[in-house]
Amino acid sequence: MSEHKIELTVNGHRHAATVEARTGLGEFLREELGYTGTHLACEHGVCGACTVRVDGVAMRSCLMLAVQADGCEVTTVEGLAAPDGTFHRVQQALQDNFGLQCGFCTPGVAITLATVLQDNPSATTGEMEAAMSGHICRCTGYQGIRRAIRQLAGENA
Amino acid sequence: MNFHASSVGATRYVGERTPRKEDSRLLTGRGQFTDDIQLPGMMHIAYVRSPVARGRIVSINLEVAREMPGVQAIYTQADLAAIPVQMMSFFFTPIESPVSLLADGRVACVGDPVCMVIAETRAMAEDAAALVEMEIEEETPLVTIADAKTGPLVHPDKDDNIAAEMGDEDMLEEAIQPLLDKAPHVVTHTIRHQRIAQSPMECRACVASPDGSGEMTVWMGCQSPHLAARYLALVLGLPQESIRVIAKDVGGGFGLKNIPWREEVAVVVAARLFGRPLKWIEDRYEALTASSHAREQEVTLTIGLDDEGKLLAAWSDYACNNGAWPMGEDANIAVHMFMWPAHKLPAYGFVTRGWYTNTMGLGGYRGPWAMESLIRETTLDKAARKLGIDPIELRRKNLIYLPDQPVTSGMGIEVTDITPGECLEKLVANVDVAAFRKEQAEARKEGRYLGMGITTYIEPTGSAGSMQPMTGETVHVRIEPTGKVVAMLSTHSQGHGTATTMAQVIADRLGVAYEDISVFEGDSAIGAFSPGAAGSRQGVIAGGATWKATELLADKVRAVAAHLSNASVDAVTIDGGMVHVEGAPEMSRSLKELAEIAYGEPGRLPEGMATGLEAQFRYQPPPMTMTSAAHCCVVEVDAETGFVKILRWISSEDCGTVINPGVVEGQIAGGLAQAIGQVLLEEMPYDARGNPLAATFKDYLMPTIFDVPDFEYLHANTPSQTIGGMRGVGEGGAIIGPPTLVNAIADALSPFGELGGKKGEVTLPLTPSRILDVIEQRDVSGHSAHAAPVPAAAPVSAPAVPEAPVAETAAPVPAPAASASIDGDWDMTLKAPMGGQTFVAHFETQGTSLSGYLSAPEGQQDFSGGTIEGGRIKFEVKVDKPMKITLKYDIQLEGDTITGKCKMGMFGTAKVTAVRA
Repeated sequence: MSEHKIELTVNGHRHAATVEARTGLGEFLREELGYTGTHLACEHGVCGACTVRVDGVAMRSCLMLAVQADGCEVTTVEGLAAPDGTFHRVQQALQDNFGLQCGFCTPGVAITLATVLQDNPSATTGEMEAAMSGHICRCTGYQGIRRAIRQLAGENA
Repeated sequence: MNFHASSVGATRYVGERTPRKEDSRLLTGRGQFTDDIQLPGMMHIAYVRSPVARGRIVSINLEVAREMPGVQAIYTQADLAAIPVQMMSFFFTPIESPVSLLADGRVACVGDPVCMVIAETRAMAEDAAALVEMEIEEETPLVTIADAKTGPLVHPDKDDNIAAEMGDEDMLEEAIQPLLDKAPHVVTHTIRHQRIAQSPMECRACVASPDGSGEMTVWMGCQSPHLAARYLALVLGLPQESIRVIAKDVGGGFGLKNIPWREEVAVVVAARLFGRPLKWIEDRYEALTASSHAREQEVTLTIGLDDEGKLLAAWSDYACNNGAWPMGEDANIAVHMFMWPAHKLPAYGFVTRGWYTNTMGLGGYRGPWAMESLIRETTLDKAARKLGIDPIELRRKNLIYLPDQPVTSGMGIEVTDITPGECLEKLVANVDVAAFRKEQAEARKEGRYLGMGITTYIEPTGSAGSMQPMTGETVHVRIEPTGKVVAMLSTHSQGHGTATTMAQVIADRLGVAYEDISVFEGDSAIGAFSPGAAGSRQGVIAGGATWKATELLADKVRAVAAHLSNASVDAVTIDGGMVHVEGAPEMSRSLKELAEIAYGEPGRLPEGMATGLEAQFRYQPPPMTMTSAAHCCVVEVDAETGFVKILRWISSEDCGTVINPGVVEGQIAGGLAQAIGQVLLEEMPYDARGNPLAATFKDYLMPTIFDVPDFEYLHANTPSQTIGGMRGVGEGGAIIGPPTLVNAIADALSPFGELGGKKGEVTLPLTPSRILDVIEQRDVSGHSAHAAPVPAAAPVSAPAVPEAPVAETAAPVPAPAASASIDGDWDMTLKAPMGGQTFVAHFETQGTSLSGYLSAPEGQQDFSGGTIEGGRIKFEVKVDKPMKITLKYDIQLEGDTITGKCKMGMFGTAKVTAVRA
């Protein structure tokens, strides 16, 4: 198995590492760098729990290899809140609306919604719900997530 | 002055939509799930699983796999057997089909774990697992319940393929059929419920770390660290104190993680053998195909009604697929216990059986007995259509309302405060049914098919005291010398938010700010035994325990403050973390000041009072606390495509005192979403060779945000009789949800005929093609092809099962020469609903009369008035638990063994065996 040297930035911190070619980005972030907030739930690209932001794009970290992130800027759920701990508005909206229960799918949901809003701060409810098509939540029945989306879109939750 | 009104602060926390305490860590990636645990020297496990459903293991070749880089060990059952393990059910009774951790000479389902590979990384373990060579002499598997009834034995040591059975077949002819024959209307309905994969987002996971003194720390995805620790201790024969189970965050359980199962126990055993920390993280392929499954059941219900629609009698025949290795053999007696307690039904009888097959074993899933609501509510709607009665009116005629109570149902369940009728009235008062019917009629003219389903249900929650694991809850609340309020609980949240709701109760009852309370849970080293999240119980029982423990603590705070101020206890209030004395504002103190005195200056405390500020309370609530609800769902079915769109869903539920509406509604919504998945999407099918066919989330269709509508809630709450007045709410959505949606779809399709077609058989999920079967009146889904019998089971080495493997209802044939004496002690086993019960039976004879006692650790029951003639022994024992019934034993002595049966009232007949003690 070939090994490769990579350098990347995660949540503003620079990391250098040697990885096997087959190591997934999600596994690398969790096991090597300790960003365990990224959760691997299906490992085949359907459930969305492992979503991280890579160079501004929401990516399934289970379908991307660590070597592919060489030179990239990665944001995980640990990097969403402000340095002083103030929630990102997506995090706040999810808490305000009981948008999570077990919290296993939540990091991916938060990254996806934050990425939609980064691209378009006035994204509509429809646009954010469409982005949720790539996420499975088994606990909430999506009620709180949908209310959070409405809050983020400036509507009544 | 109202004592309690004055004793706690003015701020109410119970009933508030308080933000969850769990969220700050879970939203920022700082939760601690099992896979987040990394330990020095930790190795990783991958299982090698059987690719065939049934066969004898001829050989296992590990040579190539062992040479792979990073491989430390590969264990088979022969290795793990060095540590003896007896697997048990959730009820702590032995699994009757003795299940080994890894396959022992044969495999009985696809996914049966055969070998365990231990390697330096998960990838290395998987690499090596792929190179293990297994030769298995494949046999034709039994896949369906129908296969099990006629095929060879799944477990060669069993008499038949019946895993568990209850009910009384004779009752149909003797008591029910005559009533049905006289009934003006008889309606029969069948539902085939597909197999479900519970699919928590976090798959199963276990890390086991042994230490030198024989103790073990286990991180595990579970529903109760206490139950997991007790289970591991029991199956391994170790003291519970030697096993610490930690489960800080768990990504959903839904019944699957009720008990540790083969893979988790094998990790613990292997860690002892290997002497280093081991980690196993299940992947989704394993989770879908090789985690215990749920549901797969079929039931036929026949009801007789008079011309007004009043129920006269009912009979049901239920069967569920237990697979090869169930987490406890199960005939699902609860389906029958809870089918009719809310209805005025004069007579009900049933037979209920669980069947072994060569499929993955049956596990728990949210509302395991949910079929009672699904078959009852769909049959009632079918009857309403047949009789031309409004389905709401039909329910009004048969439901038990509050003024009818207390009343005891046919199954011996006394109901005192159920409110399905009251929930229904609140529902229909808030939903304009007449307007909907008008809209429905108009839409039909345009070729649009709208439907409305309305259902009611009740549910036993907070069960305590009638089954070993289902018991009370201990809560310890402390004001630390620092002034901080902490609580140590045995609760567990896999999303339940127990730290939130329990902190709300403490804040409310103690008069401190919610933010100033810390709840500690999720660790078997904290608190005392509790089954955690199981049976919709934590809000009821832990809530009640927290309520009372906090009031005891508040009482102590006030007693100390009163003593210090030379005031009356009644004059002391606690509010916002400050202790005030009425009329003496200068005597106000913070809880911190008071705590410093209580811990550090015993001389200032009342005579004889213990130092410190803490209280502990163990709450044992009533045996059951009933939750009721009525739901309404409106759908539109697209007649072209067969797709169902859910337009509205309204819940009117009585869950007693609501601690946090956000949490309560979250539980209901989550259950309803799973109900929608069961009715429309999810299915774990098997092919005729016993291969599970949904291996990814591309095949196993989980509900997405587009499949679940906005739910509306009409809280119709009446406080229960528990401390605090809560009622359980965890499972209800998954129980009442399926019939509500099925009824709405059936209503929409009524212009085309009955959903179940001429045969009256509804098969879930209601896929678009199955719905088109009804709309187009032809076989679009190919169900007749699916219904074709699977290839006949080929002869295998196992002995053939008797022709009719049904309940032995005939009386035992007297032995020709039963000269041996029965006097003395016998080890007797009764195959009871919750698993085999063993006890000592002591007999004393005088001529043909018999007396004695049955003795178990829980107690002794004497009996007299029995008879013995020709070796045939008859006697009766009256029991109170789980309800008042008379057990009628009819057994036969043959040498040093006794076999026969015991008739257990409405529960039917159970097998009895005994050997001389």
